[in-house]
Amino acid sequence: MRDLLNLFWTFARIGCVTFGGGYAMLPILERELVDKRGWTTMDDLRDYFSIGQCTPGIIALNVSTFIGQKRRGVAGAIAATTGFLSGPIVIILIIAAFLKNFAQLEVVQHAFAGIRVCVCVLILQAVLRLWKKSVVDPFTLALYLIIFALNAFSGLLPVKLPAALLVVLAGCAGIAASTLKNRGKGADKK
Amino acid sequence: MTLLRLMYEFAKTGLFSVGGGLATLPFLYEISDKTGWFTHADIADMIAVSESTPGAIGINMSTYAGFTTAGILGGFLATLGLALPSVIIILIIAKFLEKFRDNRLVEGAFYGLRPASIAMITAAGLNVARVALVNIPAFQASGSLGDLFIWKALILGIAIFIGQRKLKWHPVVFIAISAAVGILFKF
Repeated sequence: MRDLLNLFWTFARIGCVTFGGGYAMLPILERELVDKRGWTTMDDLRDYFSIGQCTPGIIALNVSTFIGQKRRGVAGAIAATTGFLSGPIVIILIIAAFLKNFAQLEVVQHAFAGIRVCVCVLILQAVLRLWKKSVVDPFTLALYLIIFALNAFSGLLPVKLPAALLVVLAGCAGIAASTLKNRGKGADKK
Repeated sequence: MTLLRLMYEFAKTGLFSVGGGLATLPFLYEISDKTGWFTHADIADMIAVSESTPGAIGINMSTYAGFTTAGILGGFLATLGLALPSVIIILIIAKFLEKFRDNRLVEGAFYGLRPASIAMITAAGLNVARVALVNIPAFQASGSLGDLFIWKALILGIAIFIGQRKLKWHPVVFIAISAAVGILFKF
């Protein structure tokens, strides 16, 4: 029980000091889990991140589940994950309640109109950052363009394709394309 | 009933958004279109709030969306819904970690999923831009191209883009600056 509480508490603290999630969490996890507590190694941590990135859901959450599971099985996984969630939930609820009461104020509306411009830029930066790793050859470029067109001009289509369907189709297309590519390579060697 | 639907919609988001954070965006737009729980402008505000508070963006977005839709309980259930599928999947994967990492099929799937994910994020970004940078009703009313763009917003956007590249400050700083500019120049 003490171990579980410890897991919950440790991840609650980590959740409260990570901004932005994802890789922003790596240095904090390294300090708290590798250096201070010796719960895991840096190599393991990197593995968790690379797997957390390619499984559904939020990366930071996936990493918490992994480490909790490794320490104390299923109960540990739940303790670490709920711990990680607890701080942000409380903070966001307070902010959301605040915004709900003040959103109609003119000052707040002007502020958010300005902030929305910044959000556009942040999204653009994220896309540029991910672009190099994701769009690497003609196939991935074509896939990018098709999925983008389907989303951006969905209003012109007779039926709106659900995002979940697009994700599944893209995964299948990826498997098909990489299998063909590997087969091609194998034939070359022979 | 709304609460169950909230959990279901966010569980779906958690299950299909791969790559974390902004990958949840296309699903949020879908939820907005389907249910009307929140508007496209709300989503842009959620991104800003999430970027400026601790915690992963996807989680913050679900809490915020859940709260705007169904109060505190809604906030909890939406977040729980988002987390549930990935917790279950990780618990299963943790058992055969090595095999999963080197699996050809998994690698292949990601070869396709990565470009698809950023394509959807780009489209979502365009949706935010439609709220923040252009004024379509004014353009339709006057028909002149000068009315299409909200010029001061465009200038601010370019300034932030250059600023971020050169200065590498934390996004929160730029969000705070944009809020101040928005108030000063009455965006």
